[in-house]
Amino acid sequence: MDIISVLKQPWPWWIVGPLIGLFVPILLILDNRQFGVSANLRHCCAIIPNKVSFFNYDWRKAGTWNLFFAAGIMLGGFIAHYLLADPEPIKVAESTARDLSALGVVPDGKLIPESLFSWASLFTLRGFIMIVGGGFLVGFGARYAGGCTSGHAISGISDLQIPSIVATTFFFVGGLITTFLIFPILLRL
Amino acid sequence: MNENQNQSFAKVFIKNLPYLLLGTVFGISFVKGELISWYRMQEMFRFQSFYMYGVIISAILVGMVSLQIIKRAKMNSFSGKKIYIASKAHTYIRYIVGGTIFGLGWAMTGACPGPMITLMGYGASIYFILFLSALAGTWAYGVLRSKLPH
Repeated sequence: MDIISVLKQPWPWWIVGPLIGLFVPILLILDNRQFGVSANLRHCCAIIPNKVSFFNYDWRKAGTWNLFFAAGIMLGGFIAHYLLADPEPIKVAESTARDLSALGVVPDGKLIPESLFSWASLFTLRGFIMIVGGGFLVGFGARYAGGCTSGHAISGISDLQIPSIVATTFFFVGGLITTFLIFPILLRL
Repeated sequence: MNENQNQSFAKVFIKNLPYLLLGTVFGISFVKGELISWYRMQEMFRFQSFYMYGVIISAILVGMVSLQIIKRAKMNSFSGKKIYIASKAHTYIRYIVGGTIFGLGWAMTGACPGPMITLMGYGASIYFILFLSALAGTWAYGVLRSKLPH
């Protein structure tokens, strides 16, 4: 089997996890940069001329590297989809598929359920809440908490920082609230 | 004006090319590891698959071990800077409230900021709306920051 067809298959967690963990030391060793994706949202706001003190800093100096990193992430998404696509439908754990089907979301073999995340869905109440509302919460919460899954859960916990352990715990609390309290109502809308 | 602003784009591009390439590897691994999958997040939050826990725990372990090595060896970066990891502020309301708000959105969209950006490149154009909404959320935080408890 050639390398490309190996790369096209889904990668196991024990490859992906360690690979992501390596970004923490690589970015530090390159130029003392701290791994974290959500800071880019702040840099994007800072690019727009404004009078908000939180967005008035030298984003070129602080954020250029990270914006390049983010551009690379997009490029990676593009390459993976168009050059390394796996023709097999993605698998979902049976119990999850059953629970989600009961809520009206039947796994469709794609990475994202199109019934929820598509332009057609955006113009439904459910879709609007999930896309616009959900996106807003991610942006607001990440900055309020001072980081996202990469900055807190990976970078911060790797450095054994208590604030990051607390933040990650509450990322999870929020996720459980959405999954078990909000979804039973929201997904049936 | 700082000197960065006077640099030509080509110079800035070459200087930051390593980050672009690293980001590319990151984005590819997000797709091939199915970390952009809404279903994977649901498997995790419903405790029905080990997969995401495996990813997160092994990532943290690798990060932890390599940070210990860097710290003990007192390494400098290639650029000659002393490697220094800033401590996060020990004020906890922000981590509890902000963290919960983030988590609500994370499970709803199935995408934290990394996957969100990956999905834009992946060709799921609706994620541009998601990204703009996340920018709006970031903006709202910036405006309200002085009024929020931290």
